[in-house]
Amino acid sequence: MQKPEIAIVGGGPAGLSAALSAVRQGAEVMLIDRDPALGGQLVKQTHMFFGSKKEYAAIRGIDIPGKLLAALGEEGKGRFKPVLNTTVLGYYDDGVILADKEEQQAMLIKPQKTIIATGASEKMLPFPGNDLPGVYGAGAVQTLMNVYGIKPGTRVLMVGAGNIGLIVSYQLMQAGVEVAAIIEGAPKIGGYLVHATKVRRAGIPIKTSHTIKEAYGNKSVEGALICSLDENWCAIPGSDLDMKVDVICLAVGLSPQTELLWQAGCEQKYIPELGGYVPLRNERMQTTLNDLYVAGDVACIEEAGSAMVEGKIAGLFAAADLGYDEKVEERFTSFTSELEELRAGPTGAKIREGLSRLNGGAAKC
Amino acid sequence: MLEKTGVPEPEQVKMITPSDVRFQKGPVAVVECFQNIPCDPCRYACRQGAIKEFEDINDLPVIDHELCNGCGLCISECPGLAIFVIDASYSKEEGLVKLPYEYFPLPGQDEEVTGIDTEGEAVCSARVVKVQNTKALDRTPVVTLAVPRQHVMRVRSLLRKGGEQHGR
Repeated sequence: MQKPEIAIVGGGPAGLSAALSAVRQGAEVMLIDRDPALGGQLVKQTHMFFGSKKEYAAIRGIDIPGKLLAALGEEGKGRFKPVLNTTVLGYYDDGVILADKEEQQAMLIKPQKTIIATGASEKMLPFPGNDLPGVYGAGAVQTLMNVYGIKPGTRVLMVGAGNIGLIVSYQLMQAGVEVAAIIEGAPKIGGYLVHATKVRRAGIPIKTSHTIKEAYGNKSVEGALICSLDENWCAIPGSDLDMKVDVICLAVGLSPQTELLWQAGCEQKYIPELGGYVPLRNERMQTTLNDLYVAGDVACIEEAGSAMVEGKIAGLFAAADLGYDEKVEERFTSFTSELEELRAGPTGAKIREGLSRLNGGAAKC
Repeated sequence: MLEKTGVPEPEQVKMITPSDVRFQKGPVAVVECFQNIPCDPCRYACRQGAIKEFEDINDLPVIDHELCNGCGLCISECPGLAIFVIDASYSKEEGLVKLPYEYFPLPGQDEEVTGIDTEGEAVCSARVVKVQNTKALDRTPVVTLAVPRQHVMRVRSLLRKGGEQHGR
């Protein structure tokens, strides 16, 4: 059985930042990821990131893992051990992690501290025909295009005008795929308006207060019926529009991937503003189980910038608990103020509200 | 309405438009960022100190058009691709619009293209004066278009005439 000081599950922006923060404190870290390369969803984010210049704003997502890994190589000095192609299957009462390496070898790992940074999964939308080939999640479309260089089809209906729907539409256009329209059930665009403006001037119409009624096609998607919604989100009779598309791309939100946390038995609460069930944690990103920390989308659906800062906090305290507590208060203060700043504006209102409900009323980061 | 359509309202654009006097002096950056989001790279991009320091990362960028020399370093640094440099003093009839353009194939120098507005509609014919795609721009090429002067605040993208088009 391997016994690293700290194990991190998930090598996306949160997990990588947690690893860097922990090795900087002097701890030894094992980072486990199911994919063949670290970076999580960053590996397909070809656009420049928003956020703080300190947290890689204006850098393309695809370039961020390389920067974090270079720092980990330099500062980890043999204390950073990535374990790739490995899926964590279970977390047991005695703190043992069971993992499946390359689908052929079971691994037992007993870390002193564990950080869960498993991210999120995409939500599905119920409508007739949603099982036809050609109906994709936005993440799949982005992976096909930006990781494997495969076009998902020729003409796309994007469902959802949050940041993911807007960005993936933009990247479809860049790949030479037509986007017939972006539809959004809400009366307003959910994503950043500069993204919306960018796709709008590329000629993509954005239809707010619109939803998909059905997908149709013989063997695969040949079209979609969409309709307008009134202020109560009810379909307006006679507003149906037939759109000839061969791809329907769903970008309708994310759910935290909390399975390991349920299994571990830490307390969770249903907070819609944060994406669903999320673990209770203190300001150190420590769950109700002493040895278990969280960071990133598994804790709250948010931007990569905040996920990275959460990772830094979780890594800092997982290491500090093991005695690697150099400048811990000073670093904590700086990370916390960074996080507060990112969440301070109007676009952070939902997150602030959710976090305050999670903490039983008191507004806290 | 911007929040419903993604198209900035004329009043919003008017608020951030430099004065006629400033326009006559030469190139100047126009920052079409209308929503308070946590984002600050533009202020670090400006070497003239024209983009004022943010008190809060959610602040809208405030640009001092008098300090801005129109160098255009901010164009490719804005993750929202919301910064343009306008030179209304280019000639009697024409003005220049420098815009970020992340589509391939890039237009060639002297190519005649169609100038596109924020709604994706054709505005006028435009001539490609320059295409920059240096390493420093980090894969956000900057295209300079010459357009009829009255359209410098309308043209925000381009469409190639014939030839290969990105997804439209």
